[in-house]
Formats: sequence, structure tokens, C-alpha cells
Amino acid sequence: MTEVTYPILRTAGIDGMLVTFGGALSEPANRAALAFRAAVDGESWDGVEETSTSLVSTFLRFDPLHLGHSDLQSRLRELLQSRDWSRADLPEGRRFFRIPTVYGTDLAPQLDEAAEVAGLSRAEAIRTLSEARVRALAIGFAPGQPYLGELPEAWDIPRQQNLTPTVPKGALVVAIRQLVLFSVTTPTGWRHVGQTAFRLFRPDSDTPFVLRPGDEVQFVETPPEQLANMEKDPDGGAEWERIP
Amino acid sequence: MGAYPVSAELIVHEAGPSLTVQDRGRTGYLAMGLSRGGAADTLALAEGAALLRQSPEFAAIEMAGMGGRFEATRDIRIALTGAPMRASIDGQALRWNASHLLPRGAELRIGAVTRGAYGYLHLGGGVDLPERLGARATQMTAGLGEPLEAGTRLPVGKDTRDDTGWLLPVDDRCAGGRLRVVPSLQTELFPRDQIDRFENAEFSRDSRANRMGVKVTQDGPGFAVDGGLSVLSEVILPGDIQVTGDGAPFILMAECQTTGGYPRIGTVIPADLPRVAQAPQGAPLRFSFVTLDEAVAAQRAYLNHCAELGKRLQPLVRDPADIPDLLSYQLIGGVTAGRDLDTEKERP
Repeated sequence: MTEVTYPILRTAGIDGMLVTFGGALSEPANRAALAFRAAVDGESWDGVEETSTSLVSTFLRFDPLHLGHSDLQSRLRELLQSRDWSRADLPEGRRFFRIPTVYGTDLAPQLDEAAEVAGLSRAEAIRTLSEARVRALAIGFAPGQPYLGELPEAWDIPRQQNLTPTVPKGALVVAIRQLVLFSVTTPTGWRHVGQTAFRLFRPDSDTPFVLRPGDEVQFVETPPEQLANMEKDPDGGAEWERIP
Repeated sequence: MGAYPVSAELIVHEAGPSLTVQDRGRTGYLAMGLSRGGAADTLALAEGAALLRQSPEFAAIEMAGMGGRFEATRDIRIALTGAPMRASIDGQALRWNASHLLPRGAELRIGAVTRGAYGYLHLGGGVDLPERLGARATQMTAGLGEPLEAGTRLPVGKDTRDDTGWLLPVDDRCAGGRLRVVPSLQTELFPRDQIDRFENAEFSRDSRANRMGVKVTQDGPGFAVDGGLSVLSEVILPGDIQVTGDGAPFILMAECQTTGGYPRIGTVIPADLPRVAQAPQGAPLRFSFVTLDEAVAAQRAYLNHCAELGKRLQPLVRDPADIPDLLSYQLIGGVTAGRDLDTEKERP
């Protein structure tokens, strides 16, 4: 395959444009995607209907009947050239959440299997996962659901061949040096290593979506009986503070 | 008789397994992981709005495969669109793609689809449930709403009109056909011979199909890219054609997730998605690539078609033999210009 020079622009469907800052997940590419989205929002171009970010890309949904593809592409190229986006700062107003998490037990039955694939003892697995301070790299798949990373090298484990038919809301799953905290009950190819009582999507509250890209999270180990007490609290016993 | 300003309820006495309230869905939440959702067949929503001559933003009842039994607490207007289903009011058969008066207390029965997948029951004034995150659409994957069950009483919005008896001629979209596709993020990663095969194969709609996606199968070998299982998770849109581990294309629909890691061979254009939604199991489907310019032109034509549906309305002419009491009926339903003006005058 030919060498690709990032960033690249691609169309998605007839009304999407994707600006991708890297071929693999990297911290600078993730920061670039977040900062570039903020810059596009700041431009308030007519015809751009909404924007979002994925791990290393900024996405624009636009009205192609009123803003042509080539017109949008040339505006994006100009904005891309205005600075080095990989050196951009992280978003303002980031927060640090400490979320109580039960590792293993029947609440999170794949901890031992995941530890084995990662080549860690059970205790090492719990220690490395619960001490890691990971960042929400993207929100996606399901409402409010974060992709968090990056974990230490040992956690560069593949997804499983077969899907787990269902994991519950609040499940913490791991693969490819990332954690996902599930906002809905869903099937998954990632391994279920922890369980929280944290509700990421609260559709009838003032803050329907709790985590934002750039927020940081630590999944602090807690005993199963404590988690049962936290089930009534949508925060699941979590605490948070602003990152200065 | 004036319009219907008094609030009413629609009582669901019996419900098929998948009756949901749907509108045009929620926009603006992609960044937060919530997809648009909304009606599987958006053209059917526009047709219902045209028949009742009301806003296309109103919510209707989407009926997957099977309808239900309903009663209104006041005279209301209804329209039926999408996949045709057997329907009657107090035993009198109803035309599909038409608007009707549902008298207070009468029994509206809607049975199984006769073709297609999703039928729609529209109410004059719309289903007036409170909005959640800017829409009334049920999105079960996000935990927003549940299928309607027997005993549900749905609030009907205020209706500002009283004309019924319109018919909307529509082209059949319940038999599959050729789907126009534009290249997607990973189209170039598929070998040329696979793209050719993708365009030449006759697919058929698999049994696996729902509001999230529709699987299609064919007799030849499957599709794959090298290293396809390690594509970085990226934005997903309705219409995207994912190729999963078994090599069969899977067309993502209104209620799909917002990101995904499987490679996508192309994207079905929005104007052709109603035909994907309505393709019954086994229906033949073909894919052919069009240029972005052709796709934008098709979108313009589609939106114009939706905006001008009202011009296609025809009075629903009843067969006198079907009418038990001729004297109580207008022979031609629909509204005259004079009644229209009267209705306008009643508005504040």
C-alpha cells in the first residue's frame, strides 16, 4: 500500500466529511482531532450541520445541496494549514473522575481470562487497571460511551473471536490498550473485566451525557458489597474534580 | 364541523410485537454517541404528512410486520403509509396510502403486512408524547422508549384540519431493486475484483434485519480486506455497508451505532434507504456505484419529491357497493376549497 500523509480528507456518505489525523491511535492525533473540531465549530460555516470526533478524526455533517463538497474541502484544507494541529492543547474544562469498580467476581467474569491473555497475574491485572489514569479519547458507539486510553503495553490484547452476547450497563471492558465503559446493555467483542454503577447516559437530566472527550478517569477498586450500595446513585459513588 | 381542537387519545387495545413511536429522529448528538434514529422509512413519514396535510415533523406509529387494534376517544384523522397492511374500521376495509376519518369509539384494525416491512399509522396532530432530547422517536438501543403495549393510551396532538379521504399514488418500494452507492471510508481497501463482484452480484435480504441494520447475502464468496478486523473505529452513518467477519455486507439503518471498526465497502444513498428498509426477506438487491455528483443530484430530486407529495393527492373515490349507508357519506371524500377556507378562518 502507498504511504499516506496525514491529515487526510475523505467523504462519508453524501453529507459527511472526515478529517483524519493518523492511521493508528496516537495521543497527538487524538488531540488534533479534538482541537480541529473546536476550530471548525468556531468557524460557524453555513451548511455545516453538526460535528463530532472519533479517536483520530474530526467529522462534519453538512448539507451538500447548499455547501458543495469541493467548497467544504478547500475551506478545511485552509484551516488545516493554519497551524500544526498535533501540537494543540487538550480541550478546556476537563475533569478527573474516580469511579468505584468491582474487578472480577461474577459481576465481571472475564478478568482472569483477560489477565492471562495480557500475560499478567490476577493481582497485577487489577493493580495496572485500577491505577491507570486514562483519558476519554472519544465518545461513541452508544450514547455517552467513552473509549478510554491508553493502558500500559501489556494490555494490547486483541478483541475476542466471538461476541459476548450481553454485558450490562456500567460494564468495564478491555482490548487494544483501551477501556470502554458501557452506557447501555449490549453485546461486545471486548472482555468484561470490571463492573461499575456509573450511569453515562441520563436522558431526562440536565446533563444527559456525563463524560466528554478529554476527561480523565481512574477505575478505583471497590468490594462488590459496596457497589450494591451505590446502585441507587447514578454517579455510582464516583467523585470528580476539575483538572487545572 | 370545524377542525379538531379538543385533545384526544388513541387507545392501543392490541399491539403487534414491534410498534414504536417514530419521527425524523434526533440530530446534533453524534458527538455524544447518540445516532439519529427515527423512522426506518422516512419517505413514509413524508407521505403521511402529505396525506394529512400537516408538518412532516409530527410523530407517527411505526409497525414492523404487524399492526394492532386501536380506538380513538374522539373523532380523529388518520393516514396509512409504508408497507401495505390489511386494515379496516369497524369491518370496512381501508385503502392504504390514504387518509381516513377514525370516528370516536370505532375499531381500527391493522393486520400483517401484505408486502414490505414497515407500515405507518399517522394521526392528525401527530402522536403528542413529550419530546426527549428534541424528539419523540423510540430508540431502544439507547434506552429511549419501549415498544407500545396493549393498554397504552397515546395523546393525540391538536389537529387544525378536518379533511380526510385523500389517496397518494406511490411507486412500489417494497420489492428490493438496485441501490445506488457512493464510496465509503474503506472502499479503496477492497481489491478491484471484489468491487466488481459486489456490483455484479445479486444479493437477497437475509432474515437478519431490524432498525439497526439489514444483512444481505449472495451465493459467491464473501468480501474482505487485508487486516480488515483491525480497522480503527470510525464514524458510522446510516446507509454504510459494513463487511463483518463472515464476509456478508450489512447495511446500517436509522438506529445504527455511531462508530464502528468493520471496513465499509460503500454507502447506500439516503434516497434509496426506504427501499432497503422495506425490502422483505428474500427480496433481490443489487448495488451500483454512482459518483458523488450523481448522488447529490439524486438527493435534490428526492427532497423535491418529498416536498411536492401534496400535489399528487387525489380524492379517494369509494366504490358505492362498499358503502353500507350511502346517505351518511360524502360520495367523494376530501375537502373543497370552500371548507378549506372556513378552516383557515377558525385559526387565531
